[in-house]
Amino acid sequence: MDFWFSEAQTPNVKLSIRVDRQLYSGKSEFQRIDVFDSPEFGRFLTLDGYMMLTEKDEFIYHEMITHVPMAVHPKVRDVLVIGAGDGGVLRELARYPEIEHIDLVEIDELVVEVCKKYLPQTACCFDDPRVSVHYEDGLKFVRTKEDKYDLIIVDSTDPFGPGEGLFTREFYGNCFKALREDGIMVNQHESPFYDEDAVACQRAHKRIVESFPISRVYQAHIPTYPSGHWLFGFASKKYHPLKDLQEARWNLRGLSCRYYTTTLHKGAFYLPAYVEELLKDVEEKY
Amino acid sequence: MGELSQQNAPIYEALEKFKKMRVVPFDVPGHKRGRGNPELAALLGEKCVNMDVNSMKPLDNLCHPISVIRDAEILAAEAFGAAHAFLMVGGTTSAVQSMVLSVVKSGEKIILPRNVHRSVMGAIVLCGAVPVYVNPECDEKLGIPLGMSVSAVKKAIRENPGAKAILVNNPTYYGICSDLRSIVKIAHEHGMLCLADEAHGTHFYFGENLPVSAMAAGADMAAVSMHKSGGSLTQSSLLLAGPAMSEGHIRQIINLTQTTSGSYLLLSSLDISRRNLALRGKEAFGGVVSLAEYARSEINDIGGYYAYSKELINGDSIFDFDTTKLSVHTLDIGLAGIEVYDLLRDEYDIQIEFGDLGNILAYVSIGDRLRDIERLVSALAEVRRRFGKSKAGLMTQEYIEPELAVSPQVAFYADKESLPIDETEGRICSEFVMCYPPGIPILAPGERITRRILDYISYAKEKGCSMTGPEDAAIERLNVLKGV
Repeated sequence: MDFWFSEAQTPNVKLSIRVDRQLYSGKSEFQRIDVFDSPEFGRFLTLDGYMMLTEKDEFIYHEMITHVPMAVHPKVRDVLVIGAGDGGVLRELARYPEIEHIDLVEIDELVVEVCKKYLPQTACCFDDPRVSVHYEDGLKFVRTKEDKYDLIIVDSTDPFGPGEGLFTREFYGNCFKALREDGIMVNQHESPFYDEDAVACQRAHKRIVESFPISRVYQAHIPTYPSGHWLFGFASKKYHPLKDLQEARWNLRGLSCRYYTTTLHKGAFYLPAYVEELLKDVEEKY
Repeated sequence: MGELSQQNAPIYEALEKFKKMRVVPFDVPGHKRGRGNPELAALLGEKCVNMDVNSMKPLDNLCHPISVIRDAEILAAEAFGAAHAFLMVGGTTSAVQSMVLSVVKSGEKIILPRNVHRSVMGAIVLCGAVPVYVNPECDEKLGIPLGMSVSAVKKAIRENPGAKAILVNNPTYYGICSDLRSIVKIAHEHGMLCLADEAHGTHFYFGENLPVSAMAAGADMAAVSMHKSGGSLTQSSLLLAGPAMSEGHIRQIINLTQTTSGSYLLLSSLDISRRNLALRGKEAFGGVVSLAEYARSEINDIGGYYAYSKELINGDSIFDFDTTKLSVHTLDIGLAGIEVYDLLRDEYDIQIEFGDLGNILAYVSIGDRLRDIERLVSALAEVRRRFGKSKAGLMTQEYIEPELAVSPQVAFYADKESLPIDETEGRICSEFVMCYPPGIPILAPGERITRRILDYISYAKEKGCSMTGPEDAAIERLNVLKGV
């Protein structure tokens, strides 16, 4: 029997993964949620048919969205995580003892329930006493917060569907307001490769540049995301992602990672020429 | 077809049936199901161009409906509690104009508030009727025109006993309602007809706890913008009539100006929307009200903004308030409504309905989602944080009582001269000047130009209001009557 999961990464490109079996399929108020087992990527989660994470490559995404800002900011106490119902970001954050409190805001409670049940590899740290989970719209949650967080991690889905509010100017502005005077915001920044993704990526960058004094983009290689080439945004009120990298300090922590190193951290901010150009296009006015 | 019910959509059903017959078209439209205009077909989709067909026996004729359009009109009349309903394809402008033209003719008087839509004034220019303005009171803090008070209507009737009709906005653009039931009663007691401009009131016929609709209040005619809160396609509208009106006479009036090639896209959209409202309108508008209420409370929590609602009700000039309308007063954050309107679009990719000098209106409808409301509220919070300033130097809108020197028709067609706007003080204007939206005239033909009006126009231009009406699109010159 041939049983494949296929995602149309563009109208003309498909990624297919052979499936052993489907473990879960359900529909929440916001989206369709599916979990599969596969021989190559292990267990994986899709939302509305779009790949969210696989057991095999999720470490790349979660390490890169978490350790990059954590190696720059000297003292992170309060963190806001938006999206991230799979728990992967929490798992990485939980490794830092100086963090005192984490607010996780996920719009879809069912995603968290499903991940707790089927994806314990990522959904392992919801019981950490420092974590408060809020099931509501991230845009609404952050609206009323002021000068409250050292780090905001935006682990959103794509800029269409329930996550679209997290790619807007009002959202980035509200995040700026919610951060302390030396705060950092890191966001899932889409891919620069396929045309439509590139437009979304460029728009997001434009809006962040308009909202933060420092705004840089870094990259990682994530095999199951469209084109495999993925970007993250590093927006900050004070710290520069490279000049303020505390390399020795981070390495002394002795955290073992499979993707992130402080050397890679530096390299990740050096982007291909076409991506630099794409981003520069919207920076020039500022 | 058996017995007609609100479950039916006769025009839509006839179109579906017609499509299956695969009739070869040797009639208009010349694009022939899109084949002659492939770019248009690609833009609109094959389904859409396939439905763009002409009047013919199986599909009836809008000018003289006897089958499916007639059935659709009967169902619409039933759904809206009217004696007759007319499907309109020239926008609510044409519905309003047919309504006015049906009841007044040259030299006859019609009582109306000055904050009517330009379409009313257009009809008056066309037929030569004489407007008698009732001063709509103005809320001093908000700077918005209100409804007509009953006593002001009585006074106008007393002073103009021969007037033929009274026209009421139900509601205004901002959601303000006059005491329509009482005004209908007084009008009828004095042998006058009562007309309602319900461009912003379609939902009154279906929602719960909303202001009274014109037909329920006993009004004689109403122009209902189905394409606004009703969900049909832009430019489709309804004209409703009560039992005292002659259906044949209104149809004749409509046929004076309405197209003989009524669009079936528009007609079927009216039909389907009417069915949807009749079957599901109550809960749909319940949802709209709760979204608007939620947005109001979140916006009021931001601080500075005032999203107003039923607390404004004063039993007279604000007899009722349409809670689906999300009108927000912005002057206390130091920005004119039009400035907030521009910022929302330019900075946040959010298009709202309009901004005037002191207010904005965000149109909330059956198509809205909570997540979009969150964007609007968050963007307003950001506008205040990033752009808010002191209130000093901002002007509120005020009611400027018009001085009608000659009838609008006489002024419009009179000999005129074009003058630089600053040299027109004291002269009689021969054209319209308005901010669009909301499209309520600042000056109408036949009105005397005063210093206050000129100051108002120049301030509105400076704040970036989109001004329309005069022959000179830049509004640096105005046409005035020659020799007067």
